[in-house]
Amino acid sequence: MKPIALIIDDEIQIRRLLRVVLEGENYQVHEAETGQKGLMEIASRRPAIILLDLGLPDVDGLEVLRRLREWSEAPVIVLSVRDDEQGKVAALDAGAEDYVTKPFSTPELLARLRAAQRKTRLEGEVSVFKSGDLIVDLTARVVTRGGHEIKLTATEYALLRLFVRHPGRVLTHRYILREIWGPKSEDHRQYLRVYITHLRQKIETDPTKPRLIKTEPGIGYRFEAGEAS
Amino acid sequence: MSEAERPDPDAILAQMQREKTAATRGKLKIFFGMAPGVGKTYAMLQAAQQKLQQGTEVVIGIVETHGRKETEALTEGMPILPRLQLEYRGTKLEEMDLDAILTWHPGLAVVDELAHSNAPGSRHPKRYQDVLELLDAGISVYTTLNVQHVASRSDTVRQISGISVHETVPDTVLDLADEIVLVDLTPEQLRSRLAEGKVYLGERAEWAAKNFFRESNLTALREMALRLVAEHVDRDLRDIMSEEKIAGPWKSGDRLLVAVSASPYSERLIRYTRRLAASMEASWIVANIEQPRPLSQEEQTRLTRYLALARQLGAEVISTPGTDIGEALLRIARQHNVTQIVIGKPLGSRWTSFLKRDPLRWLMRNSGNIDIHMIPADESARPRPDPIEERLARAPWRDFGVALVIAAVVTALSLSIFDYTGYWAVALFYLLAVVLAATRLRRWPTLFLAALSALLWDFLFIPPRFTFYITHFHDFMMFGAYFVIALVIGHLATKLREREQSERRREERATALYRLTRALAASRDLDEALPKVLTLIKNFFQADVAVWLRDKSGLSQHPASMFSPSSKDESVAIWAFQKKQSAGKSTDTLPDAEGLYLPLVTGNRAEGVLTVRLAHPPTLEQRELLDAFAAQLAVFVNKERALQESREAQVARQSQKLQKTLFDSVSHELKTPLAAMTAALQQPQPDRAELQQAVRRLTRTVNHLLDATRLESGLLQPVREWCEPGELVREAVAMSGLKESTLRVNIAKNLPTISVDAHLIQQALGALLSNAAGHARNDQPIEVNAARDDSMLVISVADHGPGLAPGEENKVFEKFYRGAGTAPGGLGLGLSIARQLVEAHSGEIVAQNREEGGSRFSIRLPIGEPMQLPSEATA
Repeated sequence: MKPIALIIDDEIQIRRLLRVVLEGENYQVHEAETGQKGLMEIASRRPAIILLDLGLPDVDGLEVLRRLREWSEAPVIVLSVRDDEQGKVAALDAGAEDYVTKPFSTPELLARLRAAQRKTRLEGEVSVFKSGDLIVDLTARVVTRGGHEIKLTATEYALLRLFVRHPGRVLTHRYILREIWGPKSEDHRQYLRVYITHLRQKIETDPTKPRLIKTEPGIGYRFEAGEAS
Repeated sequence: MSEAERPDPDAILAQMQREKTAATRGKLKIFFGMAPGVGKTYAMLQAAQQKLQQGTEVVIGIVETHGRKETEALTEGMPILPRLQLEYRGTKLEEMDLDAILTWHPGLAVVDELAHSNAPGSRHPKRYQDVLELLDAGISVYTTLNVQHVASRSDTVRQISGISVHETVPDTVLDLADEIVLVDLTPEQLRSRLAEGKVYLGERAEWAAKNFFRESNLTALREMALRLVAEHVDRDLRDIMSEEKIAGPWKSGDRLLVAVSASPYSERLIRYTRRLAASMEASWIVANIEQPRPLSQEEQTRLTRYLALARQLGAEVISTPGTDIGEALLRIARQHNVTQIVIGKPLGSRWTSFLKRDPLRWLMRNSGNIDIHMIPADESARPRPDPIEERLARAPWRDFGVALVIAAVVTALSLSIFDYTGYWAVALFYLLAVVLAATRLRRWPTLFLAALSALLWDFLFIPPRFTFYITHFHDFMMFGAYFVIALVIGHLATKLREREQSERRREERATALYRLTRALAASRDLDEALPKVLTLIKNFFQADVAVWLRDKSGLSQHPASMFSPSSKDESVAIWAFQKKQSAGKSTDTLPDAEGLYLPLVTGNRAEGVLTVRLAHPPTLEQRELLDAFAAQLAVFVNKERALQESREAQVARQSQKLQKTLFDSVSHELKTPLAAMTAALQQPQPDRAELQQAVRRLTRTVNHLLDATRLESGLLQPVREWCEPGELVREAVAMSGLKESTLRVNIAKNLPTISVDAHLIQQALGALLSNAAGHARNDQPIEVNAARDDSMLVISVADHGPGLAPGEENKVFEKFYRGAGTAPGGLGLGLSIARQLVEAHSGEIVAQNREEGGSRFSIRLPIGEPMQLPSEATA
């Protein structure tokens, strides 16, 4: 049986476009043009993936997200417009797996879809991660590149571990801060970028053109992973 | 119409003014009598009853029925307002409730006893002021008044009856009356009423019959009352004649001028002139010639009172400095087209008159066609305050003591050396002492020293010594000459000093005014000017100052104020503002207030109120200076307001223009790619490249619009984080999508980490890169540099394009500005957005031409404190 995808968006053009893309990916596609209908569809159809527009006519998309998260774990990709970084961050912090900005390209959307679904597969602890000549062994707490061990500070290691556990997914600044420094971590906000820079210098082949840790301007960072094992 | 019949335009204007205000003002009807007991209240109530029958709403504000049944019966059908209970020093007092009438707002209010003085703590000290407020509010008033309470007649009443009247009503109030009804009784009738106990009861009636109600008194008072009403009727008649263009005795356009001083005699002069002016229907001016001699405190208060009286009686008051009264008067007379001058015959000491030019004689000789009225002094009005005490007050004993000491010292010195010098030289020592003393001591001690030294010289030095007798004729001549010289020098020197002092005071005032003007001129706006002005006033008057300004909700205190008056005082401020009259301490209105409230009036508009809390009542000079300050401030406030309005209008115009530009360019930028897309799609094989380009252009337009809107809305809050400049620039370059081969990136080593919102700075840099790409020549790379310049981090983007046209350096950052050489497409928003983003980081963005051709755009960001990374161990 095909996995079910649910599109919640009030724009018929967007729905039609998404349907074409998703059916090409072998999904069974359902649509809802309002938040209320969307919630009903989720409850009755149990979709494998949800594409949720933040600007809905009846209920705020963010509100839909909060309500559905009370009883559903289905991965959600938020459809947002440019310049709504706050909305995106709020959605991600409220439990959305990822976001795409309209107008988006098909390959981008598909990559996000895969990453969002990978999460459910990756609930268990990853032990070893490989990308090119970089190997991260989470069990032994050792990071090597080309066979040489890389010395990381506690913070850098914690960051890398966090990224490795969420490959391909965007992590908001707030999420990273909370995971690394705990609830009272706002003081570290201004230093986050510096830690990332240091980490990049140690693990990236060319730190000026990072391939592993990508910056998502105004949102956070995304770990573009090869396959974890 | 002959020249003589031509109506005076001023008179017509005044008539129109009266009609105009009469339309909104209430009507004032005065029931006028010669003495208490003639039945004014009764007549008034009868008239009020008539009005009531005609359907007017009548309210009794206050009426004294003295318990008379027939009078009380007349109040039937008219609500009597409860009186206001006031407590003053333990005594309960009752007054008319002015606010209650104002709130009720009847058609007619009955207010007995116009001349009544209100209890302390009331809004106005006098009831007639209450009445004026009622009239202003459009409420008609019936009131009663006796002739002895008319300000200009009270003096005469005192002369006739020997009784001083304190409760007076200014003549201007009478002039305001639309109707004066004479309630007349013959003296015999009144006296028999008195005997019947209808006026006063018991002993009081007996006492009254022997004093005020003497038949001779009553006859005189009756004549005065009749004459006053006749004058009024006469004027009314003339008003009617001029209205109806009946040929009649036109006003001559006379203008009277009267000179007053601190002399108690001035009051009489003022009242005389007022009567003369009223009978001639002429306007009148009261001039105060400020003498260099400083006034004592008592003289000061007296003069202030006289000038206030003059204003109250309707005179224009002019104060001007001048040593020579005659010249000053003539100058004022010429300037104001005065036809007649009233001047008092001085009581001054005769013995000094041979020294001075007689100002009166001089004035009469030089007055040309101006008539001079000379009013003889009334011996009874001769200054009660004794000149001796007055003068001693100005020359305290200390000064006389100093004079004695000087005399003793010079005498001792002279005794020790006069063996060598001879006794004539001693005279010079004494003279020297007198001259020096004159520069320090006041007039009388100096003259005392002059006389004393002359006697000492004679007694101790001129042979035969130790007698006042002089043997030789030349010694006698010397003594005489010395005496005169010492006196004259003493006199002249003190006079010089007094003049110098008065100059200095005037200078101080002028300086204060000058500083005020300068402070105002140097200020850009009100908020900058007011603290300066208030401090200036505070320093000059040693007083707390506050200021209220007009705003949409009425009147509100400006934050520059130095104190917040009580809520009671706030109502004084509002009163002063609404009535455009000064109020509060040392004025006629609400004198119990803490501060003096001066309205800031320009033209016929009040801009606000200036409040000063003075420790002492202001002197005449201080009050005038305060008024001058208030006037200057008012003009400034008014000007600022006008400027503000025109500025706002200009902003509105500009935003309108901007809106049009926005609309034009947005519609162009949206329609062009849409047209391209439509055309591309209509072809059998859609041109993908064309479509992609159009989409890119549309996307850019929409992004720019969104960015601009976000910046405009002020929602932008940079989230600062520490960034390495090299990384920042490289990331921005990567995000720009420009090919690496077209760029040359050069980042200096060891650049400090800076705290910025990386996303926003990269956006700004992106705008510069995209701008450079639009202007660059294909064969030359775009140069991107990051370097440190002292305390700034400079990120620059340079191209080899045509460069900026002269004067474009700033314009390129304006919204919707598109340079001449710019490639088609684009809103002209990119650089403007970049500038706003950089400025949100307290940085700046500069455009300039490079010497080697092309232009360079630089973002300069303050580096600030170095970063301190929290320390941690290696894992």
